[in-house]
Amino acid sequence: MAEEMRIVLRNYGKIDPLKIDDYINVGGYQSLAKARSISQAEVIDVVKSSGLRGRGGAGFNAGMKWSFSYGTPADQKYVVCNADEGEPGTYKDRIIMENDPHAVIEGMAICGYAIGATKGYIYCRGEYPYVVDILNEAIAQAKAKGVLGDFDVEVRMGAGAYVCGEETALLESIEGSRGEPRFKPPFPGVAGLWGKPTVVNNVETFANIAIILEKGADWFKGIGASNYPGTKVFTLTGDVVNKTVYELPTNASIRDVVFGMGGGVAGGKKFKAVQIGGTSGGFIPESMLDTPVDFDSMNAIGATLGSGAVFVMDETVDLVDVVERITKFFEHESCGKCTPCREGTKRMHEILKKINSGKGTTQDIALSERLGQVMTRACLCGLGQAAPSPVLTTLKNFRPDYNAKLG
Amino acid sequence: MADYKEIISAYQNLPGGLIEAYHAIQKEYSYIPEDAVVAAAQAFDISKARAYGVATFYSYLKVGKRGKNVIRICESAPCHVAGADKVVAALEKELGIKMGETTPDGKFTLEFTECVGQCQATPVITINSKPYGDVTAETITGILAGYK
Repeated sequence: MAEEMRIVLRNYGKIDPLKIDDYINVGGYQSLAKARSISQAEVIDVVKSSGLRGRGGAGFNAGMKWSFSYGTPADQKYVVCNADEGEPGTYKDRIIMENDPHAVIEGMAICGYAIGATKGYIYCRGEYPYVVDILNEAIAQAKAKGVLGDFDVEVRMGAGAYVCGEETALLESIEGSRGEPRFKPPFPGVAGLWGKPTVVNNVETFANIAIILEKGADWFKGIGASNYPGTKVFTLTGDVVNKTVYELPTNASIRDVVFGMGGGVAGGKKFKAVQIGGTSGGFIPESMLDTPVDFDSMNAIGATLGSGAVFVMDETVDLVDVVERITKFFEHESCGKCTPCREGTKRMHEILKKINSGKGTTQDIALSERLGQVMTRACLCGLGQAAPSPVLTTLKNFRPDYNAKLG
Repeated sequence: MADYKEIISAYQNLPGGLIEAYHAIQKEYSYIPEDAVVAAAQAFDISKARAYGVATFYSYLKVGKRGKNVIRICESAPCHVAGADKVVAALEKELGIKMGETTPDGKFTLEFTECVGQCQATPVITINSKPYGDVTAETITGILAGYK
C-alpha cells in the first residue's frame, strides 16, 4: 500500500496559518527570493521540466502555460488562482488555504515574477467566506513584511456558479460579468483577464511551486508517476471509513486511496462503486481498482483524476438514483450559453428521472447514451463535455442496475 | 443597517467590482434588494438588464427579500446519499415551512444549495454560510436554537 507523502500539505498542522513568521521560519518565501535571483526563463524552465501538471482537473503542464504568458508582450499581465472549488465531493483547496495560505501566495508571486505580472487575483468561492478572511489576513501580513515586493494580490469572491471553475468563465466573473465561458482560442495565457496575458492555475498547483523551486525539478520529477509527477491531494467522502484528506504520490492505485488511506467501506458493507474527480467523474467498479490514479491512467479507463474527490458508494446505494441527482446538478449549473449543454443537461435529467422512476425503456437508455456522446463532443466548455460522464460510465460499468429499473 | 447606496459607492471604482458590491450588500441585508440592483446599474454605468443579469446568474446571490437567517441544505450527490432528504424533512417540520419559503416572522429561509465543500461530514447544511456537518433530524433543534 502506498504511504502518504505530504508535499502540498507540508506545513499542515505544523504552522499557524495566520502567523507569517511561522511560515517564514520553516523556509517560507525563500523560494520566491531564489526565483528572483535567477532569470524569468530559468524559473519557467524549472517548473516546466519538473513535469508539474495542473491540479484543477485539466492536467496541462504548468510551466508550459506560464511560458505562453511570458512570451506575450503586454503592459500588464495577471496571475489568477482558481479557488472556486465547486466540484461536489472536493474540499482540498479549502484545506490547503485554511492551513497554509502563504504557500499559495508564494507560488503566485513566483509565477508573477516568471511571466512579468505584478497583479494577482485569488478567485475564492463565495461559500468559503471564512477562507476569504484567512487569505486576506495572510495577504495583509505578507504586504506588511514586504516579502511580495511589487507583486500585489487581491481576493475576489465567486458566487455559487459551478461553471466559474472553468478558467474563462472565472475571468468573466472577476471582470464583474455573468460567468459564461469564452470561446477559445485565444487562450487566457495570451488574452485573459481584461484581454491581458493571464496564467490561471489551481490552488494545489500553486502550492507545489515553492517547494519545486527549493528542491529542484529532478526531485519533483522523481516522485509518483513519470507522466504526472508529484502527489495529489484526495478528499474522501461517501461510505468510506476515513472521510478526510490524504496526499499520495501519483503512482498510488485507486485501491490505495479507497482501502489503504480510506480504510475501506464503512459499516462492514461491500464496495459498490467509487466516483473520482468530482461529480463529473466516471463511476469505477471493483474490477478497475488497481488502476494507478495518475491523470493518463485514469483517462485510459474512461475515468478522470479531476479534482481528486473520492466518493465511495457501498452495496446499498442506488446508483441510478445517484446519477439522476447528478444530472439534476448539471441541469442547474449549465450556464445556458451553448445549446448542446443547455438543452442536453435538461433532457438528460428528464431521461434519468424517467428511468429512475421505473418508467424507462431500453430506448431511453440508448437515447441517453447517444445524447451523452453528442454532448461530450459538441459542448463549448468542460462542464457540458464532462456532464454525461457519470451516465456513460454507469451505463458501461453498471448496466444491470439500469436494467433492473426498466418498466 | 448600512445604506446599499453607500456600500455600492465603496466598490464603484474597483475594476469588476459589481459582484463584490453585491456580496457586501447581501452580507448586510441577507439578500439584495431589487432597488439595489437598479442603483448598482447606475453606479457602474451599465444597463439595468446587465446588472440584473449578473445578480441572478449566481445562485449564492439572491435578489428580493428573504429571512434574516438563511439555511441552505446541500443536495449534491455525497449529501444526497448521506440522507439530505431526512434533514430537509426535519427542517421543514421544525420551522413549519417548505423549502424555498420564509417563516412568517422573517427569521428563517430554507433553500437548497449544491456542494459547499464540507464533504468530510455529510450531510451538510449552512446557516448564514456557517457550515454544520453530520447533521441529523435529532441535531436540528439544537443547531437552530442558537439562531432563534
